[in-house]
This record gives sequence, C-alpha cells and structure tokens, in this order.
Amino acid sequence: MSPRLRVNPITCEAHGLCAELLPELIRLDDWGYPILDESEVPPDLLGLARRAVDACPTLALLLEEDR
Amino acid sequence: MSFSAEGHHGLPRLLAGLEPDGSAISLAAHTRVHGPLPQVASHQLIEEVERSGLRGRGGADFPTARKLRAVAGRRRVAAVIVNGSETEPASAKDRLLLSRLPHLVLDGAVLAAGAVGARQVIVKVGEDAVGAITALQGAVSARDEAVSIDVVTAPGGYVAGEESAVVHYLNGGPELPTFVPPRPFERGYRGRPTLIQNPETLAQLALVARFGSRWYRELGTVADPGSALVTITGAVMAPGVYELAFGTAMSDLLAAAGGPSEPLQALLVGGYFGTWMEASRATSLRLAREDLRSVGCTLGSGVLIALGESSCGLHESARVIAYLAAQSAGQCGPCVYGLRAIADAVGALADGVAHPRERDRVLRWTSEVRGRGACHHPDGAVRFVESALEVFEDDIDAHRHGRCQAMPAGLPLAGAAVAGGRLR
Repeated sequence: MSPRLRVNPITCEAHGLCAELLPELIRLDDWGYPILDESEVPPDLLGLARRAVDACPTLALLLEEDR
Repeated sequence: MSFSAEGHHGLPRLLAGLEPDGSAISLAAHTRVHGPLPQVASHQLIEEVERSGLRGRGGADFPTARKLRAVAGRRRVAAVIVNGSETEPASAKDRLLLSRLPHLVLDGAVLAAGAVGARQVIVKVGEDAVGAITALQGAVSARDEAVSIDVVTAPGGYVAGEESAVVHYLNGGPELPTFVPPRPFERGYRGRPTLIQNPETLAQLALVARFGSRWYRELGTVADPGSALVTITGAVMAPGVYELAFGTAMSDLLAAAGGPSEPLQALLVGGYFGTWMEASRATSLRLAREDLRSVGCTLGSGVLIALGESSCGLHESARVIAYLAAQSAGQCGPCVYGLRAIADAVGALADGVAHPRERDRVLRWTSEVRGRGACHHPDGAVRFVESALEVFEDDIDAHRHGRCQAMPAGLPLAGAAVAGGRLR
C-alpha cells in the first residue's frame, strides 16, 4: 500500500505550509485548514510529502508509510 | 451451545421487567423475570452473540461479536465501559434502561467482562441522569460480582458520549474526543484493551446469553434480528420509549406512540446525526437498516422525531444545526469554523435573507467538512444539514418570499427532553 497522508485535526492550526509545499495533494478550505482530496501519496511526490510533513509547525501532518 | 432457560416469545423483551410504579427493578424481581445470570464460557458467548447478529445500539451499528473478539484477542487484562452518556437530546432509552432495568444492563456488562477477560466494569452516565445514578448504585450494591463495578458521572455535552471522549475523561482528561488510533480496544481505560458498549447493546447481550441466538432471531428480519428500543417523539400522541421488533412498519412505529397528533410532513430518523425523510416516503418503509438505507437514513441511536404539517422543517433544522455547531468540542478547525458557517447560512436561508445561491455554498461546505474532525461530530452534523436542504428545499424559496407561517415545533435541544420516557 502506498504511504498515506493524514492530518491530526486537533493539533492543526491552519498555518497552511502543507498546501504551499504540496498543492498537488493538499488544498485549503475557506478557513485555511487543509483538505486532502487524495490521501495516498504517489511515489513521485513522496519527497515533497516528507518535506511538507517536516515543515508543519504543529506536527499535525502525518505520513503513514506502512500499515 | 444449549440453553436451559426458555425465553418467552414476542414483546416486550428488554422492557419485560418494567415496574408499573416507575421504580427500579429489584434483583429478586429481575431474576424472576429473566432467570439467573447464566455461566457461559468466553468463546461460547462470543460465538452465540455472533450468531444472533447483535449490533451496537449507540449509533455506530457495529457488530457486537467483532468488538468482543477484538478486545478478547488482546494479551493484557481488559476493561469494560458501559457508555450511558446518552447525549443525543431526543433519546431517552438508555436512561430508561439504567434507571428502571439496571440489572439487565449490568448482567450484560458482567457477561461481556467475562467474555473479554476484564475484571473491571465502569458505568459512565451523565451527571444530570439522577434516576439512573441512584438505580445503578442500588443495583451494584445488591449484586455480588467477581468483577468490580464503578459508576462514574460526568457533566456531558453532545460530543461527550463519543468513545474516545469517554475514555479520555475516565483516564483523567477533559471530556473531549481524541485523535485515534489508538482505538479503545487497543489502548483504552488506563491503557487497557477496552470494550465500550451502549447500555441497550449489553441488555440485549444479557438476553442472548440466557436464551440463545435462535430465540433472539424469533423477532426481526434476517439482516436485522431482534428488537430495538426506539425513542419516538415530536408530533405523536404519546411520545416515549418503545420496544419494537426490527421489520416493523414505520406506520406501526408511529401507531405505537399513539399515532400522529396532526398530519405529518417529515420524519427525522436517527436523531440529530440522522436524516430527514418525507413522511410520504416513510409509509412504505420498515424499521430495518436496508429499508432506511434506501432513503439515505440510518437508525442511529434509535430516535424517531415526527414533524407535523403545522411546523417549519427549515426553521427547526436551523435551530438544530445552530445547536450542533455550538456543541462542537472546539478542537478541530473544520468543525469549529465549518459548522458555525453552515449554521449561520442555514439560519439565513430559514430567515429568507440569504442569497439564492447560499444553498449551493452550504452544500460545498458540508462536503468539505465531512471526515475532517477527530471524532464524527462534524460528519453527523453535515449529514443532518444535507438532508434538511433536500427535504425542505421548496421551503427555502418560500421563505425568500416571506410565506412561512409555521409554528415552532420546539424540537428538543438539551438533555432529558422526553419526560422520563412515557410508556405503553
């Protein structure tokens, strides 16, 4: 199974960096909170996805690699 | 598995022990009605529950045997939580069971504890459910159990009944949902694998353990066996909690509550996380998951609210969504801001002051908010709104032209709305 992105909605504070770094998979709602239309991360976006995860100031973006 | 006890046939089952004077049943009277607590081996009980087809009655509809097996399969000593929070404002069935028939629920909890290898049962109830607390404390002290049973009260609020919120609170945290996993069956009460069940589920389990799955399936349909407690309220002559067999026609459900008090325009099935259905469509439906699914409904926690012709579904829905928005735990952005915006917009639609395309914007928000909370509060709230905008779509236009003259129906918005659960 390909890795999946997940947002912890309790810790997310709508900084929006994830959507800046990974607009292919993440867009923001009207209040600035991330929407993941497709949580599976294709191989070519894995590097960018890891960067977005690392950049999240509240560690709310998670990449679940093997489940 | 053979059953020495013979269950009596037909209804009532769960409610067979109700004392006419409204008091809680004594242990002696309870044993006279249902027989003593059976001795059943763990795997036998789980297999029998599986054959019965029993599903959770708290709203999630999850197969009870699978939940039992998930907890029983963990290595550590487990715990059992009876989730008697009943935070759905219109629901009264759990309080009825806990305040009048506590031994049947405790039977189920003790049996479930045996099945999953738990030594501890915690019954969690809202602190306003005074009758339930008193009855439970009396029932616990009358019993002599190998497992410890504690009754814990909590202030409550709509999301307080959510599983992870219950565990969070019992572990000393605030009564708020948490981010899962871990799920309670993995790591719940004090880190133990934890079985959380609704009181009605455990009461049903106590009957399955006594009389077997074949008896259980004498009532209901193949897919939905047995009976269910349904809180029927709104525009009916005798609102209250009724025990009915699955497969019962919706018209017979209403008839059980004395019939409609006026011509009906819609039914709200499943409480405030449920869905509106036009009353005309309800006549051909039965109390069964397959029938309800065909019109996009689920039974939820077993609430049926009848809306009369004299009321305005749009105004009532606006009140309910405003309530649900205010009941957000306030932890997740999409729920806090999304539900508030949706509630304001539905309010504007009901007041006839919204832009004609506001409905479309609400539907975009509802689809975006879905699935983006830590718990299912936003999911239930948007399901309710979507059904309201569909069933009462014509009213939106009528309100823009100021033609609504309906009276407020006053759908219950806080606990204990159905006074004590009036009964047949």
